[in-house]
Amino acid sequence: MNATEGKNEIIRISPAELPIRAMEMKEKGLRLSQACAAWVKKEERLELSYSFVDDTTYDIFNLRIELSDKAAEGETVKEGCGRDAEVASISGIYPYAAFYENEMRELFGANIKVIDPDYHNKLYRIKEETPFVPKKEGEAK
Amino acid sequence: MSKRSVIPYGPQHPVLPEPIHLDLVIEDEKIVEAIPSIGFIHRGLESLTDKRDFNQMAYVAERICGICSFGHGYGYCETVEHIMNVEVPDRAKFLRTIWFELSRLHSHLLWAGLMADAFGFENLFYQCWRVREKVLDAIELTTGGRVIFSVNKVGGVLKDITPEMQKMILETLDFVEAETKVLKKTFMNDYSVQSRMKGVGVLTKEQAKALGCAGPFARASGIATDMRMRGYAAYGELDMEPIISNDGDCYGRCEVRIGEIFQSIDLIRQAIAKIPDGELAAVVKGNPNGEYFTRIEQPRGEADYYVRGNGTPNLDRMRVRTPTFANLAGLCETLKGADYADIGILVVTIDPCISCTER
Repeated sequence: MNATEGKNEIIRISPAELPIRAMEMKEKGLRLSQACAAWVKKEERLELSYSFVDDTTYDIFNLRIELSDKAAEGETVKEGCGRDAEVASISGIYPYAAFYENEMRELFGANIKVIDPDYHNKLYRIKEETPFVPKKEGEAK
Repeated sequence: MSKRSVIPYGPQHPVLPEPIHLDLVIEDEKIVEAIPSIGFIHRGLESLTDKRDFNQMAYVAERICGICSFGHGYGYCETVEHIMNVEVPDRAKFLRTIWFELSRLHSHLLWAGLMADAFGFENLFYQCWRVREKVLDAIELTTGGRVIFSVNKVGGVLKDITPEMQKMILETLDFVEAETKVLKKTFMNDYSVQSRMKGVGVLTKEQAKALGCAGPFARASGIATDMRMRGYAAYGELDMEPIISNDGDCYGRCEVRIGEIFQSIDLIRQAIAKIPDGELAAVVKGNPNGEYFTRIEQPRGEADYYVRGNGTPNLDRMRVRTPTFANLAGLCETLKGADYADIGILVVTIDPCISCTER
C-alpha cells in the first residue's frame, strides 16, 4: 500500500556552486522538475530550491541556496551568500529553467543573472509592485 | 525575406479557455517565435499561508483551479501528511483515488469538447460536454459539489462513498465508456478532424525531454512518464501503464487523452472492486514542522507541491508547480513554424490551465 517514495534530499549549496551542480545533475540524466523561492520570515532568509528528479526511481534532489543578511548567533554572514548575492542562471544548462528563474526574480527578488530568455520582470503582468518579499532596511519604497 | 510582424494574441480571445498572452512574431502566415506572459489572474493564493492555518490551506489549495481542484487539495494534503508522519487509512486512499479519476474523466472530456470547438466541430463539442455532465452528476452525488469537491483533509477524507453510490458510479462509467467509444471514432477517424490535427505542432521525444514537458503533452511525444506509477493513494494496488503515442502531434495528444478516459474508467472500476472497509481519516495532532516535496499526476500532467512548516499553525511556504507552467516551453516550441491559423488548436492541445499556473 505504500507509495514508491524514492529519495527526497535537500542539498545545501552556495550560489557559486549552482551551475556546476546543475551540470552534474544533467550529466546524470536528471530532469529539472521545478525551481522555486521561499521567504523564511523568522530567519529573514530567501531560499531558492532547484528540484531535479529521476523518472525511473522517483528520487528528488533539491539544490538549496540560502541567502540572508542575518547571520546565526555567533556566526557571520557567509561571503557571497547575502540577500543580494548574484546567482548564475542555469537556463544555459536546462533551457526551460528560464521560466522558473524569471518567476523567482520577479516575485521574490532573487538576483539571478543572465537568464535566457530574460523577461525583465514582465513574465507576470500584475498590478502590484513586485517582488513580494519585504524590502531590505534602507531600501527605497 | 518576408517582413516580420508582432501580433498580440490574448489574453482575451475566442479560442482561449483562460487568459494567457502571447506575443507572436510572424513572417507572412508562419510563426517565427512566441513570447508568453502570464499573471492576469494571479491571486496570490500561496501567500495565504500568512492568514490561514494548515488545515484551512487544504481548501485554499482546492480553489487554485476549478478543473484540477481535487488534485490540488490531494497534493497539498499528501505533502503535509508526509511532514507530520500521518498514516492515512486504506479506505481513504481508495476513496481519494476514485475521486481523483472522476476528476480526470471530467477534465479530459472538458478538454475534448474545447478541442472540438477549437477546430470548428461544434456538434462534437456539445456531445463531449453532454457526456461530461454525467460524470459531474456522479461527483455531485458523492461529494455535494460539481467542481470543487472539498472532501480532502489532512489525514484522510471527509465523506464516504456508500455501496449505493458505488453502483451509481459504475452505471455512469458504463454510459461514459459507451459514449466515448462513439466520440473516439470521430476524433480518431474523421477525415476533417485528422486534417486539422495530423502533423500539426510536432514535438519530438528529444524536444519534449529537453524542454521538461509533462503529462499527456509529453506522453504524446513518446515519454512514458506518469506520476501515478509512483503508487501514491491507492494507485499502487491497481494495474496501469502510462498511455503513450509516438506521433508527437496534435493527433497524438488527442489519442493519449482519449486513451486516458478509458484508463480512468478502468481504474475506478478496479478501485471500487478492491475498496476495503475502514476509517475515513486519521487523527492529526500538532502542527507541521519540516518540509517536503511531493509530485502527483494531475489531468494535465505532473504537479509538484512544496510545503514548509515551522511548528506553528501557519506555514512558511506552500508552493505549487503546475503542469501548464512546465509545458509553456514546449508550447512555444510547437508554435515555431506553425501556421497562424493553427494557433488556437496548438494552445488547446497542451490543455492549458492558466488559473493553476498563476495561483
